[in-house]
Amino acid sequence: MIKLTKVTRDFARRGRALDDVSFELRKAEFVFLTGHSGSGKSTTLRLLHLADRPTSGEVRICGFSSDLTSDREIWKLRRRVGMVFQDFRLLPGRTARENVEFALEVTGASRSEILPRANRLLAQVGLSAKGGALAEELSGGERQRVAVARALVNEPQVLLADEPTGNLDERASRGIMELFRELNASGMAVLMATHDLELIRAYPAIRTLELSEGRLVFDSAASPASTTGGS
Amino acid sequence: MHAIREALAAVRRAPLLTGLSAGMVALALYVVGLFGLATYNLHQALTRVEERVEVVAYVRDDVRDEEITMAEQDLLGMEEVEEIRFISKEQALLAAREDLPEFEDLFTGMDVNPLPASLEIVLRPGFRTPDVVARVANRLSVYPFVEDVRYGQEWVDRLYLLQRIGAMATMFLGGAFALVAGLIIGTAIRIAIFARREEIYIMRLVGATNGFIRRPFLLEGGLTGLLGGILAAAFTFASYLVVSRAVFQLDWMPLDWILMGIAAGTVFGVLASAFAVRKYLKEV
Ligand SMILES: Nc1ncnc2c1ncn2[C@@H]1O[C@H](COP(=O)(O)OP(=O)(O)OP(=O)(O)O)[C@@H](O)[C@H]1O
Ligand SMILES: [Mg+2]
Repeated sequence: MIKLTKVTRDFARRGRALDDVSFELRKAEFVFLTGHSGSGKSTTLRLLHLADRPTSGEVRICGFSSDLTSDREIWKLRRRVGMVFQDFRLLPGRTARENVEFALEVTGASRSEILPRANRLLAQVGLSAKGGALAEELSGGERQRVAVARALVNEPQVLLADEPTGNLDERASRGIMELFRELNASGMAVLMATHDLELIRAYPAIRTLELSEGRLVFDSAASPASTTGGS
Repeated sequence: MHAIREALAAVRRAPLLTGLSAGMVALALYVVGLFGLATYNLHQALTRVEERVEVVAYVRDDVRDEEITMAEQDLLGMEEVEEIRFISKEQALLAAREDLPEFEDLFTGMDVNPLPASLEIVLRPGFRTPDVVARVANRLSVYPFVEDVRYGQEWVDRLYLLQRIGAMATMFLGGAFALVAGLIIGTAIRIAIFARREEIYIMRLVGATNGFIRRPFLLEGGLTGLLGGILAAAFTFASYLVVSRAVFQLDWMPLDWILMGIAAGTVFGVLASAFAVRKYLKEV
């Protein structure tokens, strides 16, 4: 599903953001990616949806390789991978439903199925009642649900989430986590970057990878004795 | 179609911005339109003056008709010559009496006609240049029956110079105006696209193809150019009416010029959009 092989990413000014990172995610696996600020979590997720390319090494995801996929083909990958971010990235001035409809429309959904599918997606994330509310009228937790609904328009095999609970209080965070767990239970792989150690501790069964200064320093699947990321 | 719906939705969502960019495009093209109007009228005026370029040969009184006929045939064989008019002594006197009624007494008192007969040679358009005029004048002066050749050397030279200046001004000023208009249109479209960079980002994120993303922008750019072009033509026409009523009568430009201007605005709008959106398609 996801495989990083000796991935390094150097930035001209900031130096090495990722250093020889290798790991693998199986189908329908749920994994936390943790580490201090600046450890390379976002960089890893950006490489995984080909928003960025590794300096060396190879990223493979859903059958796409960073070595072989050209910029013109990225859209194919994006239809297999859902993305959510800490800052939601909804379109302002549009309702929750319009945000989902927009994603359906631009990925070629037919006119007649856009509305019913948008409604179904909003129901799936528990937002049926809020479909008509403008993005800026929603709470953080609700906005993130809209973002998740939008990420699901292509029925992706993988969900990549970069600190999806970073702007949410504990209750909203738990809500999003439960939503991810449901999606994962229905067969979607989830890779979630977070530095919320409490959240990680609350889900001890979920595999955790830890980055530190661009290096993979811990994998709970490899050393199951430890329950939290080292630090 | 999605592209058309999105382009219209963009107008609906940000009417001020779309109106503003169409307005900027219209103003930029209006300047070009005014320049076109001025150029066209200058060109028309010069053409009207140029039509009067002719060479006149005054003929001896003792000339024989065969000599004139032969000379006419000979001259009509030159590709520069369009028409030859023979003005007899009587016609010359008649014309003079009409042109100068204040000397009527003088004319009636004369018992001999002092005016010579003449040949007026009209040159073909495109040959009304100083060197052609001089060449035709030289050719005329070798006929024994020709007494004198007049063609206003200085005047032809000056007209020719004026035409050259006009052509240069059209090229350089016109080029500069078009360039400035292009920059303004390009900027207006860049601003319009910048305002929608979030949408482009989301489209890329969820997997819209580049072509799909580009299409509504190209359409919008074309529409902006078309609308701006039509507005500019309307402004230019209004200016033409005002000047014609209040200052002096102008000629309105031919329809091809207008259509070409509007088409150029539209095509440029599409190209500028394609160029501006390219940048955002490379990101993320
Ligand atoms: N576009 C970029 N240009 C230069 N340096 C970058 C760029 N993106 C990331 N970096 C650098 O790479 C390193 C890792 O950044 P990254 O954003 O992946 O960290 P992170 O683990 O997501 O941190 P946070 O928890 O604060 O989000 C940092 O040192 C950062 O400055
Ligand atoms: Mg980050």
